[in-house]
Amino acid sequence: MDWMKYRWLYLIISGMVILSGIFSLYKWGLKYGVDFTGGTLIEYKFENGKNQTFKYPPMDEAELDKIRLDFKNQKATEVRFENVGPSIGPELVKKTITAIIISAGGILLWVSLRFKSFKFGLSAVLGMLHDSLVLIGSFSLLGHFMGVEVDFLFVTALLTILSFSVHDTIVNYDRIREIKKKQGGELYDVANEATSETMVRSLNNSFTIIFMLLALILLGGETIKWFAVALLIGTVSGTYSSPFVSVAILVTWDKLQMKLKKS
Amino acid sequence: MSPLKKIILIFVLFLVCLYFSINNEIKLGLDLAGGSQLVFEADTSKISSDKKNSSLESLRNVIERRVNLFGISEPNVQTSNFEEKDRIVVELPGINDTKEAQALIGKTAQLVFAEVIEIPGKDGATPSASLKPTDLTGADLAESGVDFDQNTGKPAVSLTFTKEGGDKFAKITGDNVGKPVAIILDNEVVSAPNVQEKIVGGTAQITGSFTLDEAKKLSIQLNAGALPVPVRVVEERTIGATLGAESISKSIVAGLVGLGMVMLFMIISYKGLGLVADIGLIVFGVITLALYKLIPVVLTLPGIAGFLLSVGMAVDSNILIFERFKEEKDKHSTISDALEVSFGRAWDSIRDANIATLLTAFILANPLDWNFLHTSGPVRGFAITLALGIAISLFTGIIVSRNLLRLFVKERRTSN
Repeated sequence: MDWMKYRWLYLIISGMVILSGIFSLYKWGLKYGVDFTGGTLIEYKFENGKNQTFKYPPMDEAELDKIRLDFKNQKATEVRFENVGPSIGPELVKKTITAIIISAGGILLWVSLRFKSFKFGLSAVLGMLHDSLVLIGSFSLLGHFMGVEVDFLFVTALLTILSFSVHDTIVNYDRIREIKKKQGGELYDVANEATSETMVRSLNNSFTIIFMLLALILLGGETIKWFAVALLIGTVSGTYSSPFVSVAILVTWDKLQMKLKKS
Repeated sequence: MSPLKKIILIFVLFLVCLYFSINNEIKLGLDLAGGSQLVFEADTSKISSDKKNSSLESLRNVIERRVNLFGISEPNVQTSNFEEKDRIVVELPGINDTKEAQALIGKTAQLVFAEVIEIPGKDGATPSASLKPTDLTGADLAESGVDFDQNTGKPAVSLTFTKEGGDKFAKITGDNVGKPVAIILDNEVVSAPNVQEKIVGGTAQITGSFTLDEAKKLSIQLNAGALPVPVRVVEERTIGATLGAESISKSIVAGLVGLGMVMLFMIISYKGLGLVADIGLIVFGVITLALYKLIPVVLTLPGIAGFLLSVGMAVDSNILIFERFKEEKDKHSTISDALEVSFGRAWDSIRDANIATLLTAFILANPLDWNFLHTSGPVRGFAITLALGIAISLFTGIIVSRNLLRLFVKERRTSN
């Protein structure tokens, strides 16, 4: 199948998703949870058996005691109480970004070495960047329209997705390398063949992960629901980006190089 | 070694892991077990930087002693650093009322005995008094306990000094016969009894308006020693035990449903091969659980989510191999040849891909304690679980299923 014929379309779709995310980030930003801002979270179990979580900005103890007494009078049982200062501060964010940059650098180096080409390395890292932007942008939109907050779990999901993204891309690259070694030919054709051959594997692998995540989202309870959603968005984006971003960039780059050589 | 022997070996390993995963209690985090977490910030501004680490360590020890004396089972007290500020994280499983715990842990409990020096008032004004601290402090205590005031019957705190402390106390009381001696706790005068005579026995009693509970807490604090640096509460989290139990049962249901779907999917897609992958998956689950219990990994709610995710990812190497097998099947004369080739070819991608993932896990886990990366916290714990998951899934996805298939395919050929 001629997958790469439509590479501009894939890149345009990705570009539009990322741009709407960036627009949302610019306009509405992210909704930060208590891990970032500090404050109080109280979860109550009411007499009808339903749980509900309430969130308050940082306040002093007397005010808080009054709120807790109010709920007690309503016969609600407190099942969770978190009164926290911001536990994600600039230093932690800085360290996370440092970790991401070093990981990206390490992966750039590793992929470039394994596949003996800087093009492969950079395209893989661009795919990784694509997936993180999609995830961050989605949560900005989810935050604006559904009030979803980013917290420590979101940071964890982001890091997980980085490794998944590269994992998937390398499997694609590996097939490209193998076909090239065996029969040679232009990267464009090789990439098409490799994409066809790895497609079922990529989809099947994603399905098993998606099954697990769907079970968690639907049955796993409120606390980890959005964590699972973040992982799901990342998994879908990671599966898409391996052939349609990383390989598409690789092929585009190769074509441009050939054009430059000819002229 | 023949595949049969390897399978027997793997089966023995499986049984050992099964034994450990059933018989050992898994360590649950507070979000699952229920309990409280208190985070104190230490005010180290008045301590020179070379002494900071040792005083933080002794702060941790004192807090740990206090919590232990209070009778809480399996408390966890750790130092941590957040945005250049020193913190002590105290985890109290099973405790839901943090007010009491805060009062017990957070008090500095600095005990000092002071002489009272009267300054006569000039020109008939009322005389005033000033306090002159002595060298007798809480550090000179051998033991403290709850006692009752013989005159009033009210709760009091008894003090027994060390040998040296007893000598100091004798000297102070000897010097101040007929005058008051002040007992100061955290810069507040608790009582200032008049000294009747020199006391040589090395014991004393603090009477004040204590309730029995207050007297008990004060004696715990004095026994554990004074906090070397003042602390204040910056964070407090309490999870009810019922909520934790609910989270566990929900995760188990979600996990079983997800696992069932994955196993079914593998059988539908790959038939007999899928069954082999499913066996590998069960081995994966049991080994992971056993390692979680033996290391031990403290299981939290995100940890469970991470584990379930790794179950979904663990079949990846099998999928890679089986997809390869579909292609190779027609190119080779025997099925076992095709299988061997598939395992060999797929190994390249499995290796390259997993090394990249391990690289990320290594940087996040930061085993060399580089300062510019995370040196503590959930990110690190998560990375360790991730690395563990990768290593085990490589074992079950390749070694276990490869040998199972070798055995299975051979048997089938001989029976043909």
